[in-house]
Amino acid sequence: MPRRTIIEAIRDAMDVSMGRDERVIVYGEDVGFFGGVFRATQGLQAKYGKSRCFDAPISESGIVGSAIGMAAYGLRPCVEVQFADYVYPAYDQIVSEAARLRYRSNGDFTCPIVVRMPTGGGIFGGQTHSQSPEALFTHVSGLKVIVPSNPHDAKGLLIAAIEDPDPVIFLEPKRLYNGPFDGHHDKPVTPWSKHELGEVADGHYTIPLGKAAIRRQGSAVTVLAYGTMVYVAQAAAEETGIDAEVIDLRTLLPLDLEAIVASVKKTGRCVVVHEATLTSGFGAELVSLVQENCFYHLEAPVARVAGWDTPYPHAQEWDYFPGPARVGRALVETMEA
Amino acid sequence: MADAGLLRFHVPEPEVRPGGTPDFSNVTIPKAGSVPRPEIDVDPRSIRDMAFSIIRVLNRAGEAVGPWAGLLSDEELLEGLRHMMTLRTFDARMQMAQRQGKTSFYMQHLGEEAVSCAFRKALKPGDMNFPTYRQAGLLIADGYPMVTMMNQIYSNEADPLKGRQLPIMYSSKEHGFFSISGNLATQYIQAVGWAMASAISNDSRIAAAWIGDGSTAESDFHAALVFASTYKAPVVLNVVNNQWAISTFQGIARGGSGTFAARGLGFGIPSLRVDGNDYLAVHAVAKWAAERARANLGPTLVEYVTYRAGAHSTSDDPSAYRPKAESDAWPLGDPVIRLKNHLIHKGVWSEDRHTQAEAEILETVIAAQKEAEGHGTLHAGGKPSTRDMFEGVYAEMPPHLRRQRQQAGV
Repeated sequence: MPRRTIIEAIRDAMDVSMGRDERVIVYGEDVGFFGGVFRATQGLQAKYGKSRCFDAPISESGIVGSAIGMAAYGLRPCVEVQFADYVYPAYDQIVSEAARLRYRSNGDFTCPIVVRMPTGGGIFGGQTHSQSPEALFTHVSGLKVIVPSNPHDAKGLLIAAIEDPDPVIFLEPKRLYNGPFDGHHDKPVTPWSKHELGEVADGHYTIPLGKAAIRRQGSAVTVLAYGTMVYVAQAAAEETGIDAEVIDLRTLLPLDLEAIVASVKKTGRCVVVHEATLTSGFGAELVSLVQENCFYHLEAPVARVAGWDTPYPHAQEWDYFPGPARVGRALVETMEA
Repeated sequence: MADAGLLRFHVPEPEVRPGGTPDFSNVTIPKAGSVPRPEIDVDPRSIRDMAFSIIRVLNRAGEAVGPWAGLLSDEELLEGLRHMMTLRTFDARMQMAQRQGKTSFYMQHLGEEAVSCAFRKALKPGDMNFPTYRQAGLLIADGYPMVTMMNQIYSNEADPLKGRQLPIMYSSKEHGFFSISGNLATQYIQAVGWAMASAISNDSRIAAAWIGDGSTAESDFHAALVFASTYKAPVVLNVVNNQWAISTFQGIARGGSGTFAARGLGFGIPSLRVDGNDYLAVHAVAKWAAERARANLGPTLVEYVTYRAGAHSTSDDPSAYRPKAESDAWPLGDPVIRLKNHLIHKGVWSEDRHTQAEAEILETVIAAQKEAEGHGTLHAGGKPSTRDMFEGVYAEMPPHLRRQRQQAGV
């Protein structure tokens, strides 16, 4: 099976979708001729023409707003917001329009759009190229939110998102684009070509939304993670020698509560990790669900490891990033509690 | 240059406030028939002055004059009059129903009936409007059932939107009427997206975007103009300038640009101003713009100069911010009376027939109202189920919503 990077897998997903369904339209800033600043759409304009893949003006609300109109017409736009940090001008269009169109019109109009955006830090991008805004979208009824962690999932989830009848926010952890990153920034990164999850089948396949995956089997403590933090959690488990079960949520909304509950009931302990800031982060939702559903199985308080509640700093990136040392400490404390 | 002293902050003010004498002497009204009608493929640069004039067809004598006249038959004009009268009567009844507590909220069109009623007749089946809350004439003029509109206003058991939307936020794909948001300006760029999709699909259908004078200040308006201009989208960009955004006079959104139509000039979009209280002028300009869109000539910006004679909504009292008699002083008159006078002048209508038509229309509206009220009003009779509240958030209900619905006991 061919091995691909996440960028190649995402490009392949759009290529497959555009080839199968002429309603699929791809556009965004720098997306057309150049193929995107991360090259996710490279070659698509040449292959499918300027009507199906084109450059957009620098206007995120314009990109998402026009995509909503296209979806109302009957197309299936898959648009790129260059960085998740730039999505806020489009927030009104996403929250008040895309998310509610089906509901408010009682299905008279629907909004099958995908908004792709690179998310997360680890690339010295400073406060405007490093944010993880997933909780701003999981809080909105009517949206679906996906954060893939590897090339195989990225392709299958993106095709599923494009085929989904409702609006999907697709957050791509940019630190993982070229290889799994465990948080040890001073060590060389293993490329996806040397990782089994870099295997991406040709052609069409989907991964259903709302299904988590267990990345590391364990019996001592459950770690709930997604995106980059899946690898950080695995590294922390290896380095502390704690027999942690690492669950990659893959889809945050809808959430695979069943998989979470089954694991926590088995281990009796839980650590929730994410890169986004702590307060009101998606981790708070996860911790609530764990205590509501697993309280009598818990042997320790549920811990959270997250980004500090500061803007994402530049020089202090590795003091900010919740790396394997911090996750490891939380694992040890949860085991000792 | 002489020393100008310290900086001063500028806040525009309307000419007159409550207690003052209405004064529209600053509104320049060109003579009916005086603005030329260019070919639809005109170079936008050669008609920039049209963004500062007003296209008018009906003169004070009730005659249709000039190059924009003569597009509609007597039958079509009589139908147009009936649409406007129906909308006005519908508004009056629903306004009253709100005061009687049968619904929470209503917004009327008083004085602006010509804009949406005449525009609708310039479109073809399959075209799509992205309206604001003050274009129900698009539905009335397209034959959408009044009973269904009222069911929506009452949020009753027959409400096509299942009680989920604020009154008057209709939706009808079948009648080319996009779901009204209630948030302002968001629909403007969506209309451009719809039009882009039609062009991408090599279709022949066009879109119409709608916005009020106040909301042109929103960034989505400007995004829409960029996208429409860049991709030459087949869309008519309508700005209804009714002078007032709730209590804020249009000068606050307009700034120094002179007119709202002038906003289009920097984008190279042909931009026209039209007498919004002149049914014939609205229709003629809408048709010109729609033809341009359909001929791959791209977007047209149209500013309808009109006056919001009523309150913004049932939650608003205009006497707090503008003179009570201002509406009567509005120099472009009343759209219903102007079309009525034109038809009388043509000898195809009379005061008696008008009075008779008013009575007939009232009867029809009351009959529709009775039928709708048979399905319930907001606080009495049949209403959408609590279960309906949980449906339709997604195509398929996700597990967390199913759990919440069970929790709610439905």
